[in-house]
Amino acid sequence: MKRVYVNEKWCLGCHLCEYNCAFANSHISDMVKALKNKTIYPRVHVEGNDKITFAVSCRHCEDPICVKCCISGALHKEDGVICIDTSKCVGCLTCVLVCPYGSITPNGEGVAQKCELCIKNNVDKPACVSGCPNKAIVYEER
Amino acid sequence: MKKYVIIGNGAAAVGCIEGIRSVDKSGEITVISKENEHVYSRPLISYYLENKTDLEKIKLRPDDFYKNNSVKVLYNKEAVKINNDKKEVLLSDDKTVDFDELCVCTGSSPFVPKVKGMETVKNSFTFLTLSDAKKIEKAININSRVLIVGAGLIGLKCAEGILERAKSILVCDLATRVLSSILDDESAKIIQTKLEEKGLEFSLGNSVSEYKGHKAVMQNGETVEFDILITAVGVRPNVSLIKDIGGEVNRGIVVNNKNQTSLKNIYSAGDCTETIDFSSKTSKIMALMPNAYIGGKTAGINMAGKEEVFDNPIPMNSIGFFGLYAMSAGDRNEETADNIYTEKGKENIKKLYFKNNRLVGFLLIGNVKNAGIYTNILRNNIDINEVDLPVLEKEPSLFAFSKNYRRKILGGVV
Repeated sequence: MKRVYVNEKWCLGCHLCEYNCAFANSHISDMVKALKNKTIYPRVHVEGNDKITFAVSCRHCEDPICVKCCISGALHKEDGVICIDTSKCVGCLTCVLVCPYGSITPNGEGVAQKCELCIKNNVDKPACVSGCPNKAIVYEER
Repeated sequence: MKKYVIIGNGAAAVGCIEGIRSVDKSGEITVISKENEHVYSRPLISYYLENKTDLEKIKLRPDDFYKNNSVKVLYNKEAVKINNDKKEVLLSDDKTVDFDELCVCTGSSPFVPKVKGMETVKNSFTFLTLSDAKKIEKAININSRVLIVGAGLIGLKCAEGILERAKSILVCDLATRVLSSILDDESAKIIQTKLEEKGLEFSLGNSVSEYKGHKAVMQNGETVEFDILITAVGVRPNVSLIKDIGGEVNRGIVVNNKNQTSLKNIYSAGDCTETIDFSSKTSKIMALMPNAYIGGKTAGINMAGKEEVFDNPIPMNSIGFFGLYAMSAGDRNEETADNIYTEKGKENIKKLYFKNNRLVGFLLIGNVKNAGIYTNILRNNIDINEVDLPVLEKEPSLFAFSKNYRRKILGGVV
């Protein structure tokens, strides 16, 4: 299956992926309305220092520990994509305690959220990938 | 065709079913369920009372789970005896169920200490099952004064769950701090303060010496009036089925890293078992839902004839109260640790426990971001010389790892 891959060599540390992620998942059509003066909760985050930067989002593990540890049954696999049913999630954050990559975060409304590869956003590839100016984030089969 | 029988219908049973079906699509699976409920998430019963979940959403798997996995569930049936020579389980209604491979997932039961006058209390409950939660829901109203005996995970989550439904809640515990089994004094204080801000009252280092109807006479001489009593002092693993037939039992049913008991063809998983804690290398009960599921799955795969081990179970917990989180994992024995990295703030604590160049345990209060990176280092026994320790101590991040590690994680399938 296609996943998001990151090449830190090309990452400029511009954080556009974070904004594009938050915008895409806000389901608001105006980017300013969606992001301006708001605390954003992107599902991808840029790590690093002033020399090295890279984006981190869910790896969609083959054998996902988060799914095994989810106490509510909210985290599950849909055709290889790890998805979260936020209506089932109670925000215990056991997934945050076990995700080896720091790819699950609170959504600001008391429950957990994670990258679902924009499969529910009616786009041909994830927003972080489309918006990356230097192709440091790609969406492909590996 | 193999016959699989699972006693119990919780997270371990779900793991076992999914484990079996990952190997054997056609064997016959029978689940013996004491409760008359589709499999639900036990730790969510407090969220049910808090209206953060409901009777549909609390289900751990969808309605068609048993059907899709060709599982026969015997509801309202209790297993009373295992006959391992005849390979059958005797049920409470005198019927028997044959098995080739058996998994005991009987969980635990609330421990209710004998206190004088207990029988005079009208509304007395424990808090472990959905049926307990429904009973409390029925009995409680906005004028109820609630006394919760036990300031552990179960007692405090129960308190959080019923806060909006009760007039007042007093939590007492013989221990002098809340969550005494997972928190130290300082971190317990932070959690307690948060709970007090929300209106809970505490009487710690105190217990009930006698009940007189609506009154509890406390050890310190005070009398507490209440309408509803919830006893949450602890649980006891349900080990008798294995103990009765000579299987090895300490506090819990002893299982190896394949979740096999000492008896041939009998496996066990979940809160009724004890096994080696990967972080402290000691045998203990680690009654946590993730361990129950993974243990069950491990059992299931082995029962179906494929080899699988679960060799790194650790005690770990993520618990939140009104948005304040406490996460802990591994071995936090201050005496045996080589060194402890500590950060403290008003609503934040971080403690990392190191031993033999390994992270063996941690405690985070408040800021719990990316905690799983610590858990991963711990469970996979990663040498701390392979990471940038000052970076890691400050914040769990992939940046603390080598370029190669990151290339593997971010550039490949994991």
